[in-house]
Amino acid sequence: MERLKSQNRASVICTDLAKSYGSVPALRGVNMEVTKGEIFGIIGPDGAGKSTLFRILTTLLLPDKGKAYVEGFDTVKEYRNIRKIVGYMPGRFSLYQDLTVEENLKVFASIFNTSVQGNYHLIKDIYSHLEPFKTRRAGNLSGGMKQKLALCCALVHKPEVLFLDEPTTGIDPVSRKELWEMLGNLREQGITILVSTPYMDEASRCDRIALIQHGEFLKTDTPAGIVSGYSNKLWGIKGEKMASLIGDLRSVKGIISCFAFGGSLHTAVDESVINIDLLKRHLIDKGNIDVEIEEIKAGIEDCFMELAEKSS
Amino acid sequence: MKVITVERLTKKFGDFTAVDNISFEVEKGEIFGFLGANGAGKTTAMRMLCGLLKPTSGKAVVAGYDIELEAEKVKRSIGYMSQKFALYEDLKVWENIRLYAGIYKVPEKESKEKCDHLLKELGLEDEREAFVKSLPLGWKQKLAFSVSIFHNPGIVFLDEPTGGVDPATRRQFWEMIYKASESGITVFVTTHYMDEAEYCDRVSIMVDGRIEALDSPGALKREYGAADMDEVFRKLAKRSKIFEK
Repeated sequence: MERLKSQNRASVICTDLAKSYGSVPALRGVNMEVTKGEIFGIIGPDGAGKSTLFRILTTLLLPDKGKAYVEGFDTVKEYRNIRKIVGYMPGRFSLYQDLTVEENLKVFASIFNTSVQGNYHLIKDIYSHLEPFKTRRAGNLSGGMKQKLALCCALVHKPEVLFLDEPTTGIDPVSRKELWEMLGNLREQGITILVSTPYMDEASRCDRIALIQHGEFLKTDTPAGIVSGYSNKLWGIKGEKMASLIGDLRSVKGIISCFAFGGSLHTAVDESVINIDLLKRHLIDKGNIDVEIEEIKAGIEDCFMELAEKSS
Repeated sequence: MKVITVERLTKKFGDFTAVDNISFEVEKGEIFGFLGANGAGKTTAMRMLCGLLKPTSGKAVVAGYDIELEAEKVKRSIGYMSQKFALYEDLKVWENIRLYAGIYKVPEKESKEKCDHLLKELGLEDEREAFVKSLPLGWKQKLAFSVSIFHNPGIVFLDEPTGGVDPATRRQFWEMIYKASESGITVFVTTHYMDEAEYCDRVSIMVDGRIEALDSPGALKREYGAADMDEVFRKLAKRSKIFEK
């Protein structure tokens, strides 16, 4: 296989990629094309197939069917070439717990025949958060700090493509936000970033996203494109007793679905059957108080739920 | 009625203070959200409240029992579920239910009847003989929650019960929490999903071992001039010493 790099803007390509573990399918024919220099998010719950996809792309797992290329290299035949140019941060913390922050970084640098100083500009921003703890053992870092160290280690050899498998899972909102800011900075350096996450609210941080469930891509588009594809009208409904409000709403004709979203209930409606005034009166008659209804825009999570419902 | 009373509870590991003099109360039937950044001390506090760890100083009464002097009684009176460990993967669905019932000394006859009833309610009758490892994550979480309250505890502690679960299942899970709370069970829950903080009656936010804020989500949003709980959380968590340069 010739390296396609020069004539192709695509950094990662998958065609009909499939993988099963025994009788359990993990990927059922995934097609994807990631453009050079973009942040591509793969968003879906646990068990959707995210890690399997990442492991195939980083040459750690062989697919049953289909093909995948990273920077023009075949993931099966040219795995050696791929391993030199990708950085991979697995979902589980994989650094040496008994080594210090500094030692971990040195180990990864020497594996890739480079030095920490060589590409220090890439990790400088991130490493500055870790510097005060550089003599601490990795096992004794907090969750957010561990992820930052793992990211540094995945970057130390200046990869062309970075694979981050759920870097923000189980991490508190402050550390999550910081990590995403770091990824934004790395993109500016020209690194292509594939990142998976179960948090739907992180979609807006990506240039393009693929929503994945049960080993299939439900949809691939820009976050704005996904949101504009939402097909129903959506109302945000509030009331004093949310639990009873959900029950009342679900029994109303013209209500397609109703789910809690933080402070309000996102309710998909068929406007040919019901309007806001009618519904409000109905809910008040049922004994609900402080009822507020307003039309709202769908978010990524609304879209995911709609697409998942359609596909099942 | 107070189901949890915590007074000046403190836990030190060597010279590190993981939980620093916290005090609060939880009412019967309340859904109490216990939030905090990684390393803020949530797990340590929760382990003390469950009778699994002795405090360095201070005291707490859970379900009427002193967590230090009557730890075994505390354990018997509470339910516990975590995302990391909840069910035995290599046991069948019904075996998991009956095992937990046995551990909590639910009488044989009652256990059998309740097990059948529960499987029906969860729509898992056909999966009765299935190994838990073969179930989708969402089903496992719902089963795990039901098992954790099978012995009718006064309080259930849920440690990040919805991590990684798909959006629809996550919401169904919260509807189960609402139901449990309506039946009088007090729910003590940790989560990293800030939208879930909005579903709690009251929320406490821990920073560096201390409780920095405790109120209803509505009151906290007003107090911090924030649009949602995510903003409240971020404003508070920034006070952590970890972020001082």
